[in-house]
Amino acid sequence: MFSEWKFTIKDIAEKPDLFMSGHRACAGCAPATVLRLVMKAVRGPTIVTNATGCMEVVSTIYPYTSWATPWLHTAFENAAANASGIEAAIKILKKKGRIEQEQIDVIAIAGDGGTYDIGIQALSGAVERRHDFLFVLYDNEAYMNTGIQRSGGTPHGASTTTSPAGTVIPGKLEYKKPIADIMVAHEMPYVATASPRYWRDLITKARKGIEVNGPAFLHAFAPCPRGWRSDPSKSIELSRLAVETCIFPLWEAVNGEYQLSAPSKVIALRPERKKPVKDYLQVQGRFRHLFTPKFEKLIDEIQRITDERWQRLLKRCGMT
Amino acid sequence: MSSSAKTRKEKPITTLSSPTVGVDKTGFWRTFRPEVDGSKCTRCTLCWIYCPDGAITREEDDSPKIDYDYCKGCGICANECPVKAITMVREGE
Repeated sequence: MFSEWKFTIKDIAEKPDLFMSGHRACAGCAPATVLRLVMKAVRGPTIVTNATGCMEVVSTIYPYTSWATPWLHTAFENAAANASGIEAAIKILKKKGRIEQEQIDVIAIAGDGGTYDIGIQALSGAVERRHDFLFVLYDNEAYMNTGIQRSGGTPHGASTTTSPAGTVIPGKLEYKKPIADIMVAHEMPYVATASPRYWRDLITKARKGIEVNGPAFLHAFAPCPRGWRSDPSKSIELSRLAVETCIFPLWEAVNGEYQLSAPSKVIALRPERKKPVKDYLQVQGRFRHLFTPKFEKLIDEIQRITDERWQRLLKRCGMT
Repeated sequence: MSSSAKTRKEKPITTLSSPTVGVDKTGFWRTFRPEVDGSKCTRCTLCWIYCPDGAITREEDDSPKIDYDYCKGCGICANECPVKAITMVREGE
């Protein structure tokens, strides 16, 4: 199913950057790191389609582009529909003998708004039709591009501009939607979660997603210093803390078979390495209100949900 | 697109994109400038991997070279450096 692609740091260093510098992402933007790393995993000619979102806005300011690959912008909701169209077009052009390339890969990129909320119907349909493409979700946990509004990916208790923490509510009242599990339920050949801190893991997973025959889904965690109100230099550290606290465990599901990835497996085997969620929450300004006496109890609540989800995942992976 | 293409078959099939490094030179956003201490650096290249702007390039001997035209001064490289060989210095000092 997958080729035994092994890479050294030298291999990827020699590959040209397909997502180039000079884009206008904020300083310390982890989604930009995610895209740079994903584009290091491509195996040949690739077409990228990008839903509206931060990464579309910052990388293609008219008349420039930061993409050294064919790139299409699409509306918020239909990145996956666009990818299916591209894939179908490639198929028919190949059949008619109008393209020489043996293999052209399609990557669809969307943020959490374009996946969790607005884009899910197009994504669900494209997966059901079994189009061969990789869908990359960079999850910065709110609509950062339009001014930090809550999305389906915003975690419980996070303060955003549409769920502001104040005297009445403690930030977002609802919980984060388990989107990767929803995608596994589509009986997809490949679903994985990744974090830019574990770059080798992320590149390997992106490559597997490209190689797999059929739809693949990569859920990449991507801290946003602007919306999370954290220090720009802490973006990569946050993506490590999220894995170490089990808020965002790393796993992959090949044909529905869950398997923990190395950074999370270490924690499953040695539970004493699991950090309390407090370590992750206290570095972010969007959770600042949780450290006041009024909303203190919410930290225990977040810890409880995290533990519950972690136990459920361990059971799925057969680790209990 | 070549102007000599007359029929659809002669036209290129992919969409057109002319890649240019940089929407803009983003270096002027910077408040703090990363500086590499070559004697401490172990050439692990982690700074190159994590840089969101791809503003760090690798020299022949793997030591990092920072492109100040594009570096926004976020400080990820300084924070992630395992041996703390990168320090953030305020611009103009």
